[in-house]
Amino acid sequence: MSRIIVITSGKGGVGKTTTTANLGMALAKRNRKVVLVDADFGLRNLDLLLGLENRVVYTAVEAIAGECRLDQALVKDKRHSQLALLPAAQNRMKDAVSPAQMKQLVMALAKKFDYVIVDSPAGIEQGFQNAVSAAREAIVVTTPEIAAVRDADRVVGLLEANGIRKIRLIVNRIRPEMVEANDMMSVEDVRELLAVELLGIVPDDERVIVSTNRGEPLVLSEEPSLAGQAFDNIARRLEGETVDFLELTTPPEGFLSRLRKILTTRIL
Amino acid sequence: MFMEWLARLWPRSRKKNSRNDVKQRLKLVIAHDRVDLNAATIEAMQKEILDVVSRYVELDTEGLNFALQSDKRMTSLTANLPIRRVKPSSDDSQPEKQETENLSLEIELTSQTDSPAAEDTQPKEDEEETEKSQD
Repeated sequence: MSRIIVITSGKGGVGKTTTTANLGMALAKRNRKVVLVDADFGLRNLDLLLGLENRVVYTAVEAIAGECRLDQALVKDKRHSQLALLPAAQNRMKDAVSPAQMKQLVMALAKKFDYVIVDSPAGIEQGFQNAVSAAREAIVVTTPEIAAVRDADRVVGLLEANGIRKIRLIVNRIRPEMVEANDMMSVEDVRELLAVELLGIVPDDERVIVSTNRGEPLVLSEEPSLAGQAFDNIARRLEGETVDFLELTTPPEGFLSRLRKILTTRIL
Repeated sequence: MFMEWLARLWPRSRKKNSRNDVKQRLKLVIAHDRVDLNAATIEAMQKEILDVVSRYVELDTEGLNFALQSDKRMTSLTANLPIRRVKPSSDDSQPEKQETENLSLEIELTSQTDSPAAEDTQPKEDEEETEKSQD
């Protein structure tokens, strides 16, 4: 049976779309048939992160309206033929589609793919309701910031109310040096507050921006990166493997900062 | 001069760390979000609880404390009601008037987050727990 997973967060800008693009690509690399559904009608971006923006012809709205066949609306990835994208409409708003229609669409896709991953829009209104309508599992993405964690908690409550039992958490944009200085919540802090199973930890990485500039998800990059590794690990955990979480520590420090640390360590 | 130098060596003693601040703030705000009660409802509930309890004991209104907390997707309302003295009960008029200081009543109300789907596993989520403790 295929897996239908919604990726959501409540707050915008925490990395839902980046996560969707990278997980989709990482699973496709592992020879899974994956379709990514952009549910952010009116503000579509997933095509850009995948570098597929020039190949979008039809969108989910045309497929639902019967103006094209579903397979015509799918954009095949140029690097991995196992990966497809169902783009969102850019010129229509979020209420152009109803949750029931969205569910029907996702169910049709589930027949042909191993994974249907739905990229939810920010917020908890109609667009969110559409995105979760068919989902059996959810991945909640958050960052270690107050607003993101609060919104994530709201979203977890709403997902539970929608009958989604398997809810897992990705903590994105961790900055180990700030956590060590006690100026950022740790992954454990966030997990404890939200009381949701942890699926992955992704460090803050400049190369995420470079990869979006190029339209090439990090997991495809030749040179290894911590964030890319993190997404690969998450894909493996989705597949049921047990993979240790990344050890995120600050780079080795010089003599002076070490001395300073010894002196600043509280004894009492 | 020397103190300045010392302060630079002990930066942690100078400023409180923001990590604990944010955790405390989030705990509070998440607890309120989860119960989804507005301030007026909470106030009405507090008043009613006080009315009921005051029928039996005399409360120290200064030390009253109601708090919403949440842990592991469970939200609880904790009420700490310091008791000044136990009122003599009207029906049995034995002179067993307890002059008890430091008596306090703690009421705890616990509930799970808004998930109607979870209700079929547990018949009733709300449980009321009253305990009387004498120090």
